[in-house]
Amino acid sequence: MKHEPARATTLTRRQLLGRTAAAGALLAFHLPLRAQGKAGAAGGEFAPNAFIRIEPDGRTVLVMPQVEMGQGVYTSVALILAEELDADYSRVVLEHAPPSDKLYGNPIFGIQVTGNSNSIRAFWVPLRRAGAAARAMLVTAAAQRWHVDPASCTAAQGEVVHAPSGRKAAYGSLVAAARQLAPPANPPLKDPRNFTLIGKPQHRYDTPDKVAGKTTYGIDVMLPGMRFATIAASPTFGGRVASVDDSAARTVPGVHKVIVDEDLVAVVGDHMWAAKQGLAALVITWDPGPNAGVDSSAIWEDLRAASAKDGVLAKANGDVAQAAKGAEVIEADYELPFLAHATMEPMNCTVQLRKDSCEVWLGTQIISRVQATVAQLTGLAPEKVTVHNHYIGGGFGRRLEPDMALKAVRVARHLDGEPVKVVWTREEDIQHDIYRPVYRDVIAATLKSGRIDSWKYKISGSAVIARWLPPAFQKGIDIDAVDSAVDIPYDIPNLRVEYVRVEPPAVPTGFWRGVGPNNNVFATESFIDELARRAGKDPVAFRLEMLGKTPRLRAAVQHVAEKSGWGQPLPARCGRGISAQVSFGSFIATVVEAEVEDAGGVHLRRVTCAVDTGIAVSPDNIRAQLQGGLIFGLTAALYGEITIERGRVLQGNFHDYRILRMDEVPPIEVFLIESGEAPGGIGETGTTAGPPALRNAIYAATGVALRRLPIDRKRLAKGAPT
Amino acid sequence: MSLSRELKINGHAHAVEAPDDMPLLWVLRDLLGMTGTKFGCGIALCGACTVHLDGKPVRSCQLRVGAIGDREITTIEAIGATPAGARVQKAWLDLEVVQCGYCQCGQIMSATALLTSTPRPDDADINAAMAGNICRCGTYVRIREAIKKAAESAT
Amino acid sequence: MTLRTIHSRQQGAVRPRVPLLVGALVLGGLGVWLLGGPGPMGFAKGDRVALSQYSAGDPTGVPQGRAGQSLVERGEYLAKAADCVVCHTARGGEPFAGGFAFTLPFGAIYSTNITPDRETGIGTYSDAQFLDAVRRGVRPDGSRLYPAMPYASYTYLTDADTLAIKAYLFSLPPVRAPARADTLSFPFNQRGLMAVWSAFFNANERFRPVAGQTAQWNRGAYLAEALEHCGECHTPRNPAYALNERRKFAGAVTGGWRAYNITADTRAGVGAWSDADLAGYLASGHAAGRGTASGPMGEIVDASLSELDPADISALVAYVRSVPAQSSADTPEVPSAPVAFSHSEGPGSGKLAGKQVFEGACAGCHGWSGQSPLSALADLTGSRAVSDPKATNVVQIVLAGGSLAPAHGGIYMPAFGRAYSDSEVASVANYVTARFGAEGSTLDAAQVGRLRAQTAQ
Ligand code: FES
Ligand code: FES
Repeated sequence: MKHEPARATTLTRRQLLGRTAAAGALLAFHLPLRAQGKAGAAGGEFAPNAFIRIEPDGRTVLVMPQVEMGQGVYTSVALILAEELDADYSRVVLEHAPPSDKLYGNPIFGIQVTGNSNSIRAFWVPLRRAGAAARAMLVTAAAQRWHVDPASCTAAQGEVVHAPSGRKAAYGSLVAAARQLAPPANPPLKDPRNFTLIGKPQHRYDTPDKVAGKTTYGIDVMLPGMRFATIAASPTFGGRVASVDDSAARTVPGVHKVIVDEDLVAVVGDHMWAAKQGLAALVITWDPGPNAGVDSSAIWEDLRAASAKDGVLAKANGDVAQAAKGAEVIEADYELPFLAHATMEPMNCTVQLRKDSCEVWLGTQIISRVQATVAQLTGLAPEKVTVHNHYIGGGFGRRLEPDMALKAVRVARHLDGEPVKVVWTREEDIQHDIYRPVYRDVIAATLKSGRIDSWKYKISGSAVIARWLPPAFQKGIDIDAVDSAVDIPYDIPNLRVEYVRVEPPAVPTGFWRGVGPNNNVFATESFIDELARRAGKDPVAFRLEMLGKTPRLRAAVQHVAEKSGWGQPLPARCGRGISAQVSFGSFIATVVEAEVEDAGGVHLRRVTCAVDTGIAVSPDNIRAQLQGGLIFGLTAALYGEITIERGRVLQGNFHDYRILRMDEVPPIEVFLIESGEAPGGIGETGTTAGPPALRNAIYAATGVALRRLPIDRKRLAKGAPT
Repeated sequence: MSLSRELKINGHAHAVEAPDDMPLLWVLRDLLGMTGTKFGCGIALCGACTVHLDGKPVRSCQLRVGAIGDREITTIEAIGATPAGARVQKAWLDLEVVQCGYCQCGQIMSATALLTSTPRPDDADINAAMAGNICRCGTYVRIREAIKKAAESAT
Repeated sequence: MTLRTIHSRQQGAVRPRVPLLVGALVLGGLGVWLLGGPGPMGFAKGDRVALSQYSAGDPTGVPQGRAGQSLVERGEYLAKAADCVVCHTARGGEPFAGGFAFTLPFGAIYSTNITPDRETGIGTYSDAQFLDAVRRGVRPDGSRLYPAMPYASYTYLTDADTLAIKAYLFSLPPVRAPARADTLSFPFNQRGLMAVWSAFFNANERFRPVAGQTAQWNRGAYLAEALEHCGECHTPRNPAYALNERRKFAGAVTGGWRAYNITADTRAGVGAWSDADLAGYLASGHAAGRGTASGPMGEIVDASLSELDPADISALVAYVRSVPAQSSADTPEVPSAPVAFSHSEGPGSGKLAGKQVFEGACAGCHGWSGQSPLSALADLTGSRAVSDPKATNVVQIVLAGGSLAPAHGGIYMPAFGRAYSDSEVASVANYVTARFGAEGSTLDAAQVGRLRAQTAQ
């Protein structure tokens, strides 16, 4: 090990993304922005910025810069806007934003992205200012009409009120006058104590339609004259079609066309069934391409070998080498598998490609990127590409990629301008995902007087950031892959974090709910438990002693310990495990209680979680997100693994890519801790929290220190070799 | 091969041209434009496509139209017209069960069938009726609560 | 350590004792009782005569309607009837290119490439060499085939039919597919021993009809014994791995799957089945209330039986029906009535671990009553698999899944083996047999693990 002088190079995702955006590589966010297009049009509406449009009849349209994929963001964004606007929340109408990085770019990424659990963190201030500016203009318009001091007017429920004279004016009636005003540069924001919507129990905006089956997801788009298609891409990564015998497929009733396009075969029909039957009837010979020899075991060997090398320094405090001298170095390695997203709504996209224009219908987390990549593929100017975004039947990072749109456009290129809906089968969806990378983490630590003295942590894995947002990949460090490692919450005097970029051969890697912190927190929290045992300490007590510099997490750990009954006796082969994390700006402690059967099966008994996520815009939604995120993560811990054999993915549907079911899910309680800080992210935090807590519960129940996911149930059987 | 047939859906007769072996799911979605019934797996493992056949829950992705005969089909679009369906939908809203919502039509169909046959389900009944419905967003905890709430509200 | 010791003993100490071991094997295998058994058609009354002396019709060849077909077409029909493709195709591999694994307790053997590739297939075989391979288990180089290749059945094929099959195989595109090396352990890797085996257990004679039986019956016999080689799975074997014709068609476990008793026994066999049940099952893989063919039988229905002319199916039915009843002590009566519609009533309503697997992964298709809400092909009620108290086939179906081609009704069962543990599979098999069968199985994870190993490819 090379000795380097101690040097703090604290890189965090937050800072780096911010810097990247500010550097001008990407567009930064400014207010006020005049809404374009429809918003500025002749209708006579008041559209002071890209998010708000009030029509003369009082109809208030809020434009959603972030997409709704189940995380409740439409409701939260609407609440924030309506709060500062003092709109009548029960009557606002929401609209998907059209593609525009300029108007709707995510302030953290600089482009129009929903991801990274940052919708509220990123838009918290801009949206409040947008609402407050509009409100100020409406108040000014009313004050001018009444010839009173604007300061003597208030607003509530979509009306300006002048209390001294008892006059009231509905927002709609002020539209014409407000349009003439210049937006204020620095509208005052409300004191959070005066919030009437934020933090109060509110129903979600999108649920009534969802429970009635009326919501239109991308897959539900219906257009006149539409065709239906399904596809088969090369089963091996990087393979191509060698030949296709379509004689049988052509006789399938309802089959319209068989399309062969390099590595893609599609059957277009009158309905999905015809397309599916047609595809099944094709005899396709694939040229497996260069990756036919790739398999999981080789990928693991590569990764293990690469992880033995020195990495790029991501953070250093103190001197780990010095601290290790003469002390017992405890080392462990942790490994996480490839994972598929398996959103409930399989990949799909509808396309109508004409000579000089292209229309695309889908649900995506990256609408502007879809527009840009479709433009590139078709050779059309971006403004000739219209993207209609929809409610998303599960994103989890899968819809941060445009591949489903590009494949659909490639199908549409073989048609004569008629619209075609391309729906992937579940098998296609799982076998042609952009997978959560395999990771390997090696941690070496020393203890001193029962606390961690040094911590050398090396993360090895694919740099998703380098492909997905190249400007943010700097100095060889994937800021996502090391995120919760450099932001470790514990007081550790000597700390060193390194990163080794290892790209798996053939397998495309992407973001997956919980992203980098999943890996960092799993390794860290698993190892902390092993160290606690070495130090002879209770895992909760051991953590609390080292959380001095992170009081918000300390409070969460104390809270969850109390609520979960930590320390109370349990039956044999049952255990409680804790995990504590700072991720996405939230502070979360989780206790999982699990039972391990004699045969090795694992049953969840109870999950308790305490979270400080700052100001809770929608408290109930935060609970829901944590419940769901925990189940998502626990699913991965128990069952999730994509394996590669002969260059192809073995799993194909829910029988071999298992998802936790209702009867496996225990009661999950979530406790919110109020801190009044700015809101943190929440959508992915539960996913990160579940696996280490479960792993530690199993450790407590059986003494088996699992270091790989998914959980190897064979190792947990009574009497299994350790 | 292609056959004209009449299906009884939500109290109305619908004429469709569909081969015997075509699953009801695609008849509903692609021929009739009734997109509330969802495609999730295509092999009866996720429940997203659940509809009722004479009141019993079935996975429409594996139900061939040729096997339906004159049995009555009910889909999410009309389940709110049944007393149990209305209670289930209300409980779903009251407890904010839904996240992305994609699985929820199937969940509601399964839950409604459960409450129709078992008005006071216990946890085992709920598991038996609902474990076939996958929710990737992980709304199970609330689904369980909502079913209990819907059951209680039936007095 | 232990492994190494055993290994070195194999190398050193055991080798010199080979003759002893072989002697013991031969002695054990060649007892008088074994040798004195009847032939496959020995149960039938009447004299067996030379084909040329049987005047009621020609039981061999193709059905009458196909007599005018070309040699290759007739060969194709016969190759289907002989079911070559199922064993000579690896999972996911090219048809007839070999590589399918037969997993035995002492290692695996792989089927060979029978496409006309000159290097890796049978492209250089002469007619005589082909006849020798198919009917005597002798390769052109003189080496011996293992009886996984059913030459003891194919031996009854006529020259004309065998060579028609050859003509068909030679009409296929050659596929380059080198043979996979067998992994048999000593002494089973001694192919030469098969010469001894053949001397005793391969009759090496052509089909001889039974004079007193109808042409249909004799056609059925030719189909069942020579082509379809039903007994290779359905007849129990003796300790020397030869068919025990004293227990003809009484059922056996072969390659990890249970082939059922198909004798006239009304309880254990198919004596209670109507002709229509039997014919339907053979031709489509399903008979109402009697279950659906799966595993190897499902493949045989798809690749072979469903391709036979109706007259041949009737002939098979007539022949199979005539096989005398044999009871099977371990085969209880198959319940024919569905159980309760509710999970909480009827057998298996208690706290069986497998119920959790069933309610999540199985109930959506199979229903709680055993009558599938989706398709009669997925009914569990009446299925022999779920009434087998050893649950052998239930385990295999859960592990490996199965399907019947759409043309035969079309059903698909996913393979749960990759993601469900042995203990989960054991528990769901125990639950399913308890609820829908005659008697619940009591499998544990280790037993499932052994079944899994037997069908691993
Ligand atoms: S789509 Fe029918 S059960 Fe999944
Ligand atoms: S709510 Fe998204 S899958 Fe259930």
